[in-house]
Amino acid sequence: MNSDTAHQTPAVPPALAEGGAQVPSKPLTARERMKIQRQPMPEQPAEERTRNFAEVNLGLPERIAMVEAERCLQCKDAKCVSGCPVQVDIPRFIQHVAQGNLAAAAECLLNDNALPAITGRVCPQETQCEVRCIRGAKGLPVAIGYLERFVADWAYRNLDLTPAKPPVPSGRKVAIVGAGPAGLTAAGELIKHGHDVTVFEALHRPGGVLVYGIPEFRLPKRIVDEEVNRLKAAGVKIECNVVIGRTYTIDELRRNFDAIFIANGAGLPVFMNVPGENAKGVYSANEYLTRVNLMAAYKFPEADTPVLHGRRVAVVGGGNVAMDAARTAKRMGAEHSIIVYRRTRSEMPARAEEVHHAEQEGIEFEFLVAPVEVLHDEKNWVTGLRCQRMKLGEPDASGRPRPVPIPGSEFEIPCDMVIVAVGTRANPLLTQTCPDLKLDKRGQIVVDENLMTSIPGVFAGGDIIRGAATVILAMGDGKLAAQKISEYLARKAVTA
Amino acid sequence: MQKSTGFEIVEARFLAPDIKLFKIKAPLIAEKQKPGQFVIIRIHDRGERVPLTIADADPARGTITIIVQGIGKTTKLLNMLESGDRIMDIVGPLGHPSEVEKFGTVVVIGGGVGTAIAYPTARAFKQAGNYVIGIIGGRTKDLVILENEMRAVSDELYITTDDGSYGEKGLVIDPLKRLIAEKRKIDRVLAIGPIPMMRAVAEVTKPHNIKTIVSLNPIMVDGTGMCGGCRVIVSGQTRFACVEGPEFDAHLVDFDSLQKRNAMYREFEKLALERFLQNPQAELEAISHHCKLQELLNQQK
Repeated sequence: MNSDTAHQTPAVPPALAEGGAQVPSKPLTARERMKIQRQPMPEQPAEERTRNFAEVNLGLPERIAMVEAERCLQCKDAKCVSGCPVQVDIPRFIQHVAQGNLAAAAECLLNDNALPAITGRVCPQETQCEVRCIRGAKGLPVAIGYLERFVADWAYRNLDLTPAKPPVPSGRKVAIVGAGPAGLTAAGELIKHGHDVTVFEALHRPGGVLVYGIPEFRLPKRIVDEEVNRLKAAGVKIECNVVIGRTYTIDELRRNFDAIFIANGAGLPVFMNVPGENAKGVYSANEYLTRVNLMAAYKFPEADTPVLHGRRVAVVGGGNVAMDAARTAKRMGAEHSIIVYRRTRSEMPARAEEVHHAEQEGIEFEFLVAPVEVLHDEKNWVTGLRCQRMKLGEPDASGRPRPVPIPGSEFEIPCDMVIVAVGTRANPLLTQTCPDLKLDKRGQIVVDENLMTSIPGVFAGGDIIRGAATVILAMGDGKLAAQKISEYLARKAVTA
Repeated sequence: MQKSTGFEIVEARFLAPDIKLFKIKAPLIAEKQKPGQFVIIRIHDRGERVPLTIADADPARGTITIIVQGIGKTTKLLNMLESGDRIMDIVGPLGHPSEVEKFGTVVVIGGGVGTAIAYPTARAFKQAGNYVIGIIGGRTKDLVILENEMRAVSDELYITTDDGSYGEKGLVIDPLKRLIAEKRKIDRVLAIGPIPMMRAVAEVTKPHNIKTIVSLNPIMVDGTGMCGGCRVIVSGQTRFACVEGPEFDAHLVDFDSLQKRNAMYREFEKLALERFLQNPQAELEAISHHCKLQELLNQQK
């Protein structure tokens, strides 16, 4: 989304911007389609939602979704599809929506995307499918993400999604390490091929970042549970409380499974490496969000896990995780929740919609600022963040201008809590116990074009091969890995 | 493999007031665990995750042993559980195993419930051919645990209590100081117990350059390295105790920072405990109903 106008709308959108209140029965001309304005997403008012953990976006009503679907020009060579990491047939599912044929839309969508209710909520559509939408050249692109979410939610309410008959068993066993987006997607695809699939998860609940990281107000946990239950109904086995690298090694898994897919993510938090970082009140975003989301610390003492309540909270970083942490802190009662980011607003990696929602909720922003020390009192409680102002310099390896410190610009942000959201690295727990696995300099697993690692039959995908990235890229890897694993198993069957 | 019905307690008995031993069916962990490793448990679906060291294991019976001191809400609730009850989640083994080889003479020091954590490593030291000197202690007689077990794996055993109600009156560092004063050959010290005790041991051995290992007990959430809640400062560097520890070189540990960080949730812990103590039985019943319901549901499937 290159404009904020999509958000500057009342909570309940007008039924139809132009062209009458009814969905027309005969096909619209391109000219008529171009006249329909992008339909806004109804949402909880900002002042209300900062006091609860309920979902911010409320979903499109059916009639509005059909209007939005009519905006799609049904391009022959649809650019939007190439922008989608799992290549959803976007024009076709949207056409079904426009025609009111929601069951067909759901079938089409679920065929390409194993977790549409999730991707429809958390994908950065503005840099993927929607940025390529031809309508975006003049005005606003089709709201592909909203429509995806609409179809997925409708399907869960109205369809029985358990497969009618199970596929023919292949007689092959596949182990998946990690029940995050990559692992769950791979599991969903592999089970379709008739393989016997077991997912091993270290935490007590499957979902990975979807349950410990992304907050309830952005992705309700019942949606993750629904997706997981659907996989289980299809025959996927999920074993929680199993840590690969400790409970089992990869070598042990190799003795019991015909192929392995490692998708354990990049869960190791990076700290700032500044003095005072171990003071009381300094959290990694992973810890803060895990306490609040996975352990439901916002319900303490009904739930047993505690979490600190800051009055003035500084969140260091500019990605989605930083936005999630800052917005969560606000909901936990913070009077001031301040994003501290070393570049400017336009370099922020967070989704436009999340930044916009954060602003609406009163999150404050300190741009071109980098922490140099966490200040604390004699009991080690955080009292502030000493920072340095930055200016933008030459582009760095990421192509973004490098922040350069301005000498003598140090100042303090008073705060009683600091959340560090400056990224994560590959967790060495698994790879340390598998010396044959080739790693790169950053500790990430090296794979070939088939996502196979240096060990035959062992594949890897998601954040463990690419570093902290997006849910949909992890799902893309999961989908590709499933295909390559099936091909590998078929080859093995021939040679065996 | 373990299912969502949880992990069955097959034996539960008090070793001392507020210190309870549990044998729990967890075959996979029993088979894999090594001395020095721990598990993280969650009693019920509103419960918190707490780390507990594996005190022993019986791979043939598929059980692990944990020894729990009832201090806060979760440990007090845990200590109300009996044989036949179930614990919803147990994950492990976690952490690095203790470094065990033939060092020569090893002094193993256990303070209070820390003795339960030190014991499996003491036994491993003995099996590796070391001369093991055990020192165990507690504030008072009741808090000295595993005396027979420690005696069985120690070539010498010293017992201390702060109040002199059992063994010699004093602290666990007193016999250690004596051994050093007597110029006994000591190749390694392992000390596990409350932070002030581990710090005191480190201060005694440092001037004599005796390699000293401690097992740290920071607050943990996941126990797999993904949150950094358990971070400790060792040699000026931030280390994650759950994956890089829990054992570290005592002479390099910043005990002060650890002690302060462990007090981070004191107010919350107090509130949770007070609320629990108003009606502990109700909480227990709520989870056992939940367990039974879960069992019923699973049977119907």
